[in-house]
Amino acid sequence: MPEGSGKIQVRCTVNNKAVTFEAYPMARLLDALREELRLTGTKEGCGEGECGACTVEMDGALVNSCLVPAAQVEATKILTIEGVASGERLHAVQQAFITNGGAQCGICTPGMILAAVNLLRRFPEPTEVQIREGLSGNLCRCTGYTKIFESVVAACGESERDA
Amino acid sequence: MRSHVPSYEIETPKDLGAALDRMANEPGAWKPFAGGTDLMVLLEAGKLVERRFLNIWKLPELKGIEITSSHVILGALTTYTEVRSSEVLAREFPLLCRAASETGSVATQNRGTLGGNIANASPAADSPPALLAYDAEVEIVSSRGNRWKAYSGFHVGYKAMDLVADELINRIRLLRSKRDWKQHYRKVGTRRAQAVSKVCFAGAARMQQGRIADVRIALGSIAPIVLRATETEKMLTGEKPSPAVRQAAQEMLAREITPIDDIRSTARYRQRVAQNLLVEFLEMLAT
Ligand code: FES
Ligand code: FES
Repeated sequence: MPEGSGKIQVRCTVNNKAVTFEAYPMARLLDALREELRLTGTKEGCGEGECGACTVEMDGALVNSCLVPAAQVEATKILTIEGVASGERLHAVQQAFITNGGAQCGICTPGMILAAVNLLRRFPEPTEVQIREGLSGNLCRCTGYTKIFESVVAACGESERDA
Repeated sequence: MRSHVPSYEIETPKDLGAALDRMANEPGAWKPFAGGTDLMVLLEAGKLVERRFLNIWKLPELKGIEITSSHVILGALTTYTEVRSSEVLAREFPLLCRAASETGSVATQNRGTLGGNIANASPAADSPPALLAYDAEVEIVSSRGNRWKAYSGFHVGYKAMDLVADELINRIRLLRSKRDWKQHYRKVGTRRAQAVSKVCFAGAARMQQGRIADVRIALGSIAPIVLRATETEKMLTGEKPSPAVRQAAQEMLAREITPIDDIRSTARYRQRVAQNLLVEFLEMLAT
């Protein structure tokens, strides 16, 4: 087995802060966030791009961080669940999940919230179909989805204030 | 079990020329790495055999959608999200837009690329049937030069392509000639979102006085490669899509495809669904 090239230095912006971390080029962004940067809000479910628990934004676009190798993180801007609130003030989507029972065990929640925040940025007044499609990459084993859907609907009117 | 992460190398070439030189100097040693939606899944499963990768994700030469009076030319790194948001594709190449929007989730569509979908050569991929229905051509580059070739015939066997070790898929070209054709796309999977297809169908036909003047029929997941049903096409050309013709076309299609039993479905189910999708298409042509 060839030896690989050792760790690389990756410079990027995470939640509006410039950071540098060391990782093997094929290390997953998910692990870099959780283990190097101690941002454990991002969860791992399937590890293969199916469940959305590891969803973050990279340069404004949703990605599954389990499918992004560290070598492709250089010079990007990452947003994780830790960066969604402004200080103590929750984002409208976060507040709506609390008010509407959109979270139970919480494993899917960071990914769901990132997917919803990203959706509302692309479509400030989404249709039902757009909401369902925007969340379709995120699996939840607890809520039955209805309360999550309702949380996003509730957040729609509120989110302009936060955008 | 996940593969041993430290044993992999990823190099980021500064431009396309540097990437091609790398591939020419050590043929077969470096595999292109685009959005990672397939390769990272293999990594996770401990099945990523290659060890050294060229990170082409940011290469500008492979990006963008160019529109000329005769063609739409898609960079190999065009993502599904970009396909979905292109107006000219929505107007003239709806099958491709449908395929893009039925591939994975938003996150997958942001990272999955057309070139990657072709190079991964999965017989179950969603966009290749659409590309076949549009008579797409692919441009292959290497440090030796470039060549255009018909996409039909590019896949020569299961996971085998007309692409040698130092070559890279550069662009995909669609002739803007089918905007008046009747078109039909349908993917059948286990659930609506996120599922790999059991059968995928793309059809396009030019109708003249109720007759099929010209037709393309392409399917995924029914053979070792994504396939154009050329015999069925031939049989249908010049015909009216009447019930008798539909029946005969179904039988012809069954002889052209070789579906298998696998984890997602059975050969019998796939054959029946492929036939049903063909009939659905022909019924649509009759209206
Ligand atoms: S952990 Fe990344 S998609 Fe499931
Ligand atoms: S709240 Fe438990 S998985 Fe969604």
